[in-house]
Amino acid sequence: MATFEITTRSVKGELKTDTMILNMGPQHPSTHGVLRLELVVDGEIIVDVIPHIGYLHRCFEKHAEQMTNYQQVIPYVDRMDYVAAMGNELAYVLAVEKLMGIEVPERVQYIRVIMAELQRIASHLLAIGTYGLDLGAFTPFLWCFREREKILDMFEITCGARLLYNYIWIGGLSHDLPSDFGKKLKDFLKTFPKALKEINDLLTFNKIFIDRTANIGVLPADVAINYGCSGPMLRGSGVKFDLRKNEPYLVYDRFEFDVPIGEGKMGTVGDCWDRYYVRVREMEESLKIIEQAWEQLPPGDVHAAIPKKARPPQGEVYFRTENPRGELGFYIISDGHTSSPFRVKARAPSFVNLSVLPEISRGYMIADLVAILGSVDIVLGEVDR
Amino acid sequence: MPEILNMLIASVIPLLFILVYAVVILWVEIKVASHVQDRLGYMYTGGFHGWAQPIADLLKLLTKEHITPANSDKILFTLAPFVVFAGSYAAYAALPFTSTFIAANLNVGIFYIIAITSFVVIGILMAGWSSNNKYSLFGAMRSVAQIVSYEIPTALSILTVVIVAGTLNLQEVCQMQKGGLFNWNIFKYPPFMLITFLIYFIASLAEVNRTPFDIPEAESELVAGYHTEYTGMKFAMFYLAEYANMFLVSGISAILFFGGWDSPFGEFLSGPAWGVFWFVSKGLFFVFLQIMLRWTLPRLRVDQLMYVSWKVLTPISFVNIMAVGLWAILK
Amino acid sequence: MRQYFKNIFIALWTILIGLKLTFKHLFVRAVTIQYPDVKLKLPERARNRLYVNIDDCIGCRQCEMACPVDCITIETVKALPNEDLGVTSTGNKKRLWVTKFDIDISKCCYCGLCVYPCPTECIYMTDVYEFSEYKRHNLIYHFSNFTPEEAELKKKQVEQFELEQKMKKTAKPVEQVAVNNPGNPEEKS
Repeated sequence: MATFEITTRSVKGELKTDTMILNMGPQHPSTHGVLRLELVVDGEIIVDVIPHIGYLHRCFEKHAEQMTNYQQVIPYVDRMDYVAAMGNELAYVLAVEKLMGIEVPERVQYIRVIMAELQRIASHLLAIGTYGLDLGAFTPFLWCFREREKILDMFEITCGARLLYNYIWIGGLSHDLPSDFGKKLKDFLKTFPKALKEINDLLTFNKIFIDRTANIGVLPADVAINYGCSGPMLRGSGVKFDLRKNEPYLVYDRFEFDVPIGEGKMGTVGDCWDRYYVRVREMEESLKIIEQAWEQLPPGDVHAAIPKKARPPQGEVYFRTENPRGELGFYIISDGHTSSPFRVKARAPSFVNLSVLPEISRGYMIADLVAILGSVDIVLGEVDR
Repeated sequence: MPEILNMLIASVIPLLFILVYAVVILWVEIKVASHVQDRLGYMYTGGFHGWAQPIADLLKLLTKEHITPANSDKILFTLAPFVVFAGSYAAYAALPFTSTFIAANLNVGIFYIIAITSFVVIGILMAGWSSNNKYSLFGAMRSVAQIVSYEIPTALSILTVVIVAGTLNLQEVCQMQKGGLFNWNIFKYPPFMLITFLIYFIASLAEVNRTPFDIPEAESELVAGYHTEYTGMKFAMFYLAEYANMFLVSGISAILFFGGWDSPFGEFLSGPAWGVFWFVSKGLFFVFLQIMLRWTLPRLRVDQLMYVSWKVLTPISFVNIMAVGLWAILK
Repeated sequence: MRQYFKNIFIALWTILIGLKLTFKHLFVRAVTIQYPDVKLKLPERARNRLYVNIDDCIGCRQCEMACPVDCITIETVKALPNEDLGVTSTGNKKRLWVTKFDIDISKCCYCGLCVYPCPTECIYMTDVYEFSEYKRHNLIYHFSNFTPEEAELKKKQVEQFELEQKMKKTAKPVEQVAVNNPGNPEEKS
């Protein structure tokens, strides 16, 4: 759809129109959390979007300084991006391990990869399901959640919790994999491709869905890079950048997988459909990684390298990982003589991705804004911390 | 005296039918939605799969408080649901439920129906305007634009059937299709009648504000559109009107294209009593199809909706009507 | 022009595929479980409500220090030398009276960090998840066996004992001086 010229000055013979301020308030069915969007609209065309955040601010970074040791920060880190908690824990723990110079056993690394990729699938399932829900397709949402339940069941038998895990610890993991994990994982790997195909048939290639999302919210590649977007936002605009391939951490360099990018199959490169389809294909790639990791899983002790007391030397570290939503980075300063962090800063991907929203939604309609916001895939816990 | 009694009976029977049908179809809609989504839905009220839940809902809605927003136009606010319901209820007068029962055997049956269902537009606009709410007004304006635009393909496809049948009287249209499955209108002049039926079905989805055309009540965008501010029995009236409208358009498509009260086996299982059964089951089949479409498809945007109506349905129905007309003349 | 007809055809075709899928799912068995009539069995590592076996607690306060949200409050009183508190089931000797062991379960974040440091494994997470209360103060669980009055009594006893110990220490040298000078009977303490 073409963007529209907005004239608010009265031209000879034309009616003078004025812009209206509409508040998509903190409580709204499709803002994915407590996000307040102040829309300046001309009829149905958006002139400007001003996001107001901070409704979910919980002072995570201040809390992290008050904790008695680095281990205690992990439950707080979980609750930042509550949809994909394993990714948060992984980034924080890898940052602390880099600061302390701990070398974890191979088994720990492989299990961390499996958990991170399972979490990526779960998070993308939620993103896809709620995206369909925003656009009026009620059924794929429940089918996606059915598959997500299987992943959460696997997490529950491993660490005891379904959503906020406290599983990845500094130097290792809290529990080793239970005996029935392998069977559940194999069942999941067998049934998930079929379910994904059904969801694709129902939603992804549906002409109405394509009409709602193609050529909407086009994010050019250079704008994406300038704003610092990452993850599926960036890859949907055609930039082939994935931290798992460009700066491999854990054992990602031992696996063969592809990095899907947006190709403008149904519209322009960088529109909502591209970002959505990148997420769908990323789920398929994650399946490949999990299969390979499960085959190569070495035996070992997951508690071997956990330090008695995590006391990092003085210094600072910034470590970034590929979260389902983008690049999650932790910047930790330690002052060497206490066992609690001096400063923990989280670079949340949703916060940075949200800042590009005004840029890409000018000139579209209110209904398109819902589609664009759904494709940015924000979680307010991360945006506000 | 018998005149008035006749009129009373003729007007009460469709009303009773609407009430019973609405209760049943509410249950069916939620159950179909649940099983499509791999879950169970209603299970408790009344025992077997919650069959009494819609009755419980109705009782609850009856006992709720009527909240009128401040600064709203009180008269319009109160009248709107009833205007909407009256629009669709009045059209039931011209529906032939069976070969011997039709509430008002009008010679201009289908024309009257098209005209009286436009009443609904006024009601929706009244509801949106008098709610004193930006979102409701948005929903109402969108709904008016949608219904008015889709009346054209509806009317054109109905006109095609009228050309084939040669009369506007619905009872006679049904009589002409008597004789079993292959005598029905949809099999005449292939494939044009099939296309006509498709156009009519899609246009009637928009008339009823059902997904994929349900932006007036888009739950994820405008909360609930034009009936956001309504509570209690007035809200129930809107709901009732929507389901009554659904059966109305399904019933009309059954009459015009699928033989109405005619049995598909010809003489077997036909008769005045069986006529009601066939008519109602054909109508319910199309209602079921509408329900399935709701839970399958995402929503269309306003301008895409307009595009479908003006640039797809209307030209094709024009071509259709000319083709059928030419064919009918040359026959 | 061709694109126009192609669009219409694709639209109708994908709608039909979608309808076929949803129609197929009408006959798939529903996955819902009728809670509360049927309850799922939680896995053995499930982390739900905390439980403390107070007989095994030695009052080391490791769990209190490990909790990230400070939901555990412990007060201990040193045992007098003549009191024998016994042994825990894991063989540790108990030396402290645990007069207050409160867990505010409404603050608990169910991370399980308190479970690991416990030397006697007396605090652990059970699989109980239906523990809602009508009043909020009922969510503060008191695991200790002492009532507040008994706790006060115990504390006073210990304070008394320590005072006596201190006085005995300061009194000892005076006694020795008195023994060395037997000619001063009034200065006997």
